[in-house]
Amino acid sequence: MKHGKYPLIATFLVPPVLLYVVFVVSPYLQAFQISTTDWLGYSAEANPVGLANFKALWHDDYVWNALKNNAILLALVPVLTIVLGLFFATMLNMGGRKGRAGVTGVRGSAVYRTVYFFPQVLSVVIIALLWKEVYHPSKGLLTSAMNAVGLSAPTWLGDPRTAFWCVLAVMIWSNVGFYVVLFGAAMASVPKEIYEAVMLDGASRLTTLWKVTIPLLWDTVQVAWVYLAIFALDGFILVQLMTNGAPNFSTDVIGVRMYDTAFGTETKFGYASAIGVVMFFLTLSVAVLALRMGKRDRIEYS
Amino acid sequence: MNRRDILRRTAAAGLLATPAAGLLAGCATGGGGDGDGDSYRGTRSEQNPLGVAEDAPLEVVIFNGGFGEEYAKAHEAMYADRYPKAKINHSATQEISKTLQPRFVDGTPPDVVNNSGAGQIDFNGLVSQNALADLGELLDAPSLDIPGKTVRETLLPGAVEVGSYDGKYLVMNYTYTVYGIWHSTKLFADRGWAYAKTWDEHIALCKQIKAAGIAPWTYAGIHPRYMSWPVISTAIKFGGPQVATAIDNLEPNAWKSDAMRTAADAWHQIVKDRYILEGSPGLDHKQSQTAWCQGKAAFISCGSWLESEQADVTPAGFDMTVQPTPSLGAGDKLPYEAIRGTAGEPFMVPAKAKNVAGGLEYFRVMLSRQGAQDFTRKVASLTVVAGATEGVDLPFGLTTVVKALDASGANGFNWVYNNYYRKLERNLVDAACGEFFSGRIGPAEFLDQCQKGADSIAADGSITKYKRAL
Repeated sequence: MKHGKYPLIATFLVPPVLLYVVFVVSPYLQAFQISTTDWLGYSAEANPVGLANFKALWHDDYVWNALKNNAILLALVPVLTIVLGLFFATMLNMGGRKGRAGVTGVRGSAVYRTVYFFPQVLSVVIIALLWKEVYHPSKGLLTSAMNAVGLSAPTWLGDPRTAFWCVLAVMIWSNVGFYVVLFGAAMASVPKEIYEAVMLDGASRLTTLWKVTIPLLWDTVQVAWVYLAIFALDGFILVQLMTNGAPNFSTDVIGVRMYDTAFGTETKFGYASAIGVVMFFLTLSVAVLALRMGKRDRIEYS
Repeated sequence: MNRRDILRRTAAAGLLATPAAGLLAGCATGGGGDGDGDSYRGTRSEQNPLGVAEDAPLEVVIFNGGFGEEYAKAHEAMYADRYPKAKINHSATQEISKTLQPRFVDGTPPDVVNNSGAGQIDFNGLVSQNALADLGELLDAPSLDIPGKTVRETLLPGAVEVGSYDGKYLVMNYTYTVYGIWHSTKLFADRGWAYAKTWDEHIALCKQIKAAGIAPWTYAGIHPRYMSWPVISTAIKFGGPQVATAIDNLEPNAWKSDAMRTAADAWHQIVKDRYILEGSPGLDHKQSQTAWCQGKAAFISCGSWLESEQADVTPAGFDMTVQPTPSLGAGDKLPYEAIRGTAGEPFMVPAKAKNVAGGLEYFRVMLSRQGAQDFTRKVASLTVVAGATEGVDLPFGLTTVVKALDASGANGFNWVYNNYYRKLERNLVDAACGEFFSGRIGPAEFLDQCQKGADSIAADGSITKYKRAL
């Protein structure tokens, strides 16, 4: 076999690597180059302007506003999603206690598992449109429900005080299902004996989660953290479809800024690339930080 | 990695990759070496004043929005009748900028582009990069079927100015759009209301309407710029057309002129007195217009595309009517009848198109009486061709548009800052209107915010500035 090994590997490796280089790596590199020009996108003319775009970015209030929103997303979306995901996964896998021996989930956990996963099956576009209707200020599910019990409802996406939180809630809603499954799968690989021992010692469910489950799942939580951090720094599709940054830029995120600068109300591709480059470094730093800070000793079973 | 991550990354990579599409060998901005386009030219003659090469293919890209694409196919058929040897390549899309951007960079754009819709390419960017062909020659060519007149002489007043940048006619705006305040004739007749011609009467009428259990106003809270139109119109009627010129030319404090202040103060009344349908700030244009069609609100601000946009949800006998903004008082510089009319729905011929002459000739077909009448019949919208509605059966709303235009006559006005600086209207003034009409800020802060937006455009050295005369 040794004789035919390298041609075989090359045959399988070269096409994907080539595709990756041509369609991912090279555009990334070009974005760096374009970010130092004043390219307006509709002619081949682009003059080098050095770091002028980055300087302008530094003084751009709209970019800072978008970054502020991304920072709030970064602080809240991963934490809330992971907490909810862990909670649901725990309840589904080992929440049931009453009248039964052993480690089981709460009653009907199979149904819940499926239901929680629903949002993951829908395309993001559908989720955005669905929630736009839920937030409809007069006919929407939320408003109707609140009116039915005699409460007056805000205009949700129409009010800068609520719009951002409405979008944030959708982000969490659409993500939780996946992490329930992810954490659930990780929990399944933890030996049952550990939990049985903990139960015998009389630990409460909270203690079990805090002292046993989370430490054993730390690797998975960490991966979830990185994914969700990247998601929080982006959030483009949901925001663009639900509010496009409105009202009064209260839901603006950096991805929408970049899109708007190049394809929306302006054609400043150079400047948009500069925003993209900043986004690239922000995402990279956040991912590295998340991995570094979460470093712990690996636990191996068996 | 889950499916969505993959999608997300693909999208992100795609966004970065777009500038590079088609130019993988070199860098994204290094393309466009394929000559200067305009490679097909025929011999000029009386029959062929623009010098079209009769066998040259013509590529037309249409924005597939409210007007659809059928009207364009009819125009293409007319072109094909004149030049049977020409192969016409028709396509329609809703994403003009994303579809065509790489082709502009590559130097191989289509010959005719209907640059419209949410994915419209910012004209400021196109014009400042010399990406558009000068259409001046078209204006001086004889009309296709109106004898003895040049194309320029067949157009409504103001049609050429809207598409002109520093005196060069670069964009052919095909439709003629009137912006005003709309109401249902039936609703008003049933209730015995009459449209008020002065602001004080308007407020009194609003009070009456509200007492009857109907919200006097609604608006597109997601696109609140729709409400900037009546405010600016009121200001122009109060202070004269120079109010608009100052705004278009980005003059210092143009948004805080006395006229704008007076108009904003007046309009603040409908916010203060809660004359706006509850929840409007959360409605988009379609939702608010539908609420209005269902009789939940009496007035709405919109352009004359409203009737065809709402055709599928308007109840029979609704009979929508457009009216000018009410006068502020006897001191107004323009009479009540004055209304904003402007050429809209932009078409352009890229400077690097292969068949520039064919593109111009296609416009001559569109601007012929037959072409214009066919358009009006198909999509129920006016064109910039004067008198082309004669002999065409118009729907109710459109007849009121024609009437309003006639009454307005030489007092009609317009502004173009939204064409010069798309971001200023779509982004900055839009946000300010949202705050103002939801009642979160007062008139002074509203104008401050608009002015701040205009100042940020004025201070941005990377945006080309345009000026127009009064």
